[in-house]
Amino acid sequence: MAYQKYILVCSGESCDADKNHVLQEALQHEIGAAGLGATVQVVKTGCFGFCAKGPMVKVLPEETLYVEVQPSDAATIVQEHLVGGKPVARLCYDRQQSKTHAKLDDIDFYQKQVRIVLRNCGVIDPDSIDEYIARDGYVALEKVLFDMTPEDVIAELRKSDLRGRGGAGFPTWRKWEFTRQVSNPEKYVMCNADEGDPGAYMDRSTLEGDPHSILEAMMIAGYTCGSSKGVIYIRAEYPLAIARLKRAIRQAKDYGLMGDKILGTDFCFDIEIRLGAGAFVCGEETALIASTEGNRGMPRPRPPFPAVKGLWDKPTVINNVETYASIPVIIMKGGDWYARIGTETSKGTKVFALTGKVKNSGLIEVPMGTTLREIVFGIGGGIIGGKTFKAVQTGGPSGGLIPEEYLDTPIDYENLSKLGSIVGSGGMIVMDEDDCVLDVTKFYLDFSVDESCGKCAPCRIGGKTLLTLLDRISKGTGTEDDLAHMKQLSVAMQRASLCGLGQTTPNPVLSIIRHFEDELNTHIKDRHCPAGKCTALVRFDIDAEACIGCTVCARRCPVNCISGERKQVHVIDQERCVKCGACLDACKFNAVIKS
Amino acid sequence: MGAMTRGQLQAFRAEKQREVTAQREAGVGSSTVIIVGTGTCGIAAGAEVTLHAIEDEIAKHAVANVVLKRTGCMGLCASEPSVEVVKPGMPGILYGKVDAAVGRRIVQEHIINDQLVGEYIFDKPAADIMQ
Repeated sequence: MAYQKYILVCSGESCDADKNHVLQEALQHEIGAAGLGATVQVVKTGCFGFCAKGPMVKVLPEETLYVEVQPSDAATIVQEHLVGGKPVARLCYDRQQSKTHAKLDDIDFYQKQVRIVLRNCGVIDPDSIDEYIARDGYVALEKVLFDMTPEDVIAELRKSDLRGRGGAGFPTWRKWEFTRQVSNPEKYVMCNADEGDPGAYMDRSTLEGDPHSILEAMMIAGYTCGSSKGVIYIRAEYPLAIARLKRAIRQAKDYGLMGDKILGTDFCFDIEIRLGAGAFVCGEETALIASTEGNRGMPRPRPPFPAVKGLWDKPTVINNVETYASIPVIIMKGGDWYARIGTETSKGTKVFALTGKVKNSGLIEVPMGTTLREIVFGIGGGIIGGKTFKAVQTGGPSGGLIPEEYLDTPIDYENLSKLGSIVGSGGMIVMDEDDCVLDVTKFYLDFSVDESCGKCAPCRIGGKTLLTLLDRISKGTGTEDDLAHMKQLSVAMQRASLCGLGQTTPNPVLSIIRHFEDELNTHIKDRHCPAGKCTALVRFDIDAEACIGCTVCARRCPVNCISGERKQVHVIDQERCVKCGACLDACKFNAVIKS
Repeated sequence: MGAMTRGQLQAFRAEKQREVTAQREAGVGSSTVIIVGTGTCGIAAGAEVTLHAIEDEIAKHAVANVVLKRTGCMGLCASEPSVEVVKPGMPGILYGKVDAAVGRRIVQEHIINDQLVGEYIFDKPAADIMQ
């Protein structure tokens, strides 16, 4: 006979495995004693996230969630719930508590996520237009074409207060309104799928998981702005997303949902795909347009804005993938519905790629206003290996580090910018005590310098100079004047650079000067890297007292810079040492000292 | 299918939605749906290998009434490859870290013997706003 109920006991690698095991055994025992062994299965599960409330127990199929369950609670759960049929109120997670941010009555926030952009990701087969249609796909296009004027669409977007998800946060309705107002028989709708921040993959996942939502939204933009031609600019290194988009376009055309006289109306719209070579600067809209036209991807001064003079000098509306993916839902459920989620100035949800030293890395979508703590320690389950949280990096190369004291800040455009970072496109990298803020910042700056197109001097020269200064500090040869110099340069770059890339390149630098000045000063004054990441400031030595001459370190050293006879004390040649730390890991006698 | 009018699209959608609902509410004995997350991330973690192992195991045991499907990223990056199993009469379950061996266990234990495969069960990331 099949089981009728299932008890899931969370036991992620991160939890106290012994405790959860005892709990599981206790449940199993009580179930056996109650004679339910044949109808209830007890299973251990992976991490549920939300570890602060662990151990958690979930009873299926009724989905009752118990939190902070002790082994002594097992008898109560079995007797009251499984035998008596009444959930144990004392242990139930109070779902009301978690509804503080977005006051949406119909959504249960215990997981803290709300999936609007990712509504179909991981649900439908992305290669099946039928499945998309079954999930209310193309309802919004239908509604717009038959029941709404372009003005109505803009009014709805205005009510939703949706802001561009590419990073800058410009109100979407305004962009569309500008383009709509320009009178020109030829206009373009573009999708910016040139996602390039290190550690960010929100757009790729959306395109791979739900390509039709982007096509539908671009057509809605076409109808609203008076355009019949769409272009998706996507980097060639996203082959799966491209293949799925192409298939989706073919399917939509087959069904008469794209092409001439869509659904029998006079509205015509076609979408073509342009592949980019993966230059970061091409995510900037004017550089993106230049690249689409076949020119070198370099930005130009604005105004004129693309809404007036964009692709092939025609009025063009450009939005990011995530912005588009939100639009069909806004049209279907209404701008007011959408505006109920989020904060005063930033509505709706935001997708983040949560990575780094966090237990449950993942692609997450949370209401604006969710705090960093809820993301890192709730959804993310905290730091791997019980290490100490140091900072979270948001906004990629254009953003900055946010230290622990601001973990309770509700995320929105304004709040993060006040902290010297940005929401950006949605990369979120968690760092622990082993990460050096200088090292991380050097990485981002190196990236921006590499990706600078070189057109304007502030970005080209400023970025390089900043990197040289940072490098000096990381090698222990920096001076206190360097910090002042970096600040000055940063402000100049922010003010004088031609495009967003140069304007935001100094952000990571300013952010560490602001939040981690002590750590920088330790590098400068004490020539010491607290995290031990800046190799020039790290030194490995062998403790002559502890070394027994086992030769393991010498054999493990990749550059053969450790010498010594068997059973004799070994010595590291500091000149040739590359500071890889292999000897430290190899030594079983704690004879290698890192300083 | 040729170009549709609004009425045809609505009728088509209603039909597809009926199919989905029928699938969801079907009683014991009707089709089990196995969904494998095959975004770039899932594939990189071995989702294709898992998918083929499940396919092979289904064939080996000649399990009837099983639909094997692909989907995009389910969002559980730390636990890829992820596989969802919806078997009528049993709660819908999301499995993570499903390699080929676990994939085969899912077919044997969950699909054939109606038992959940412990330690690989994960929580769904969010409620569905489309329902």
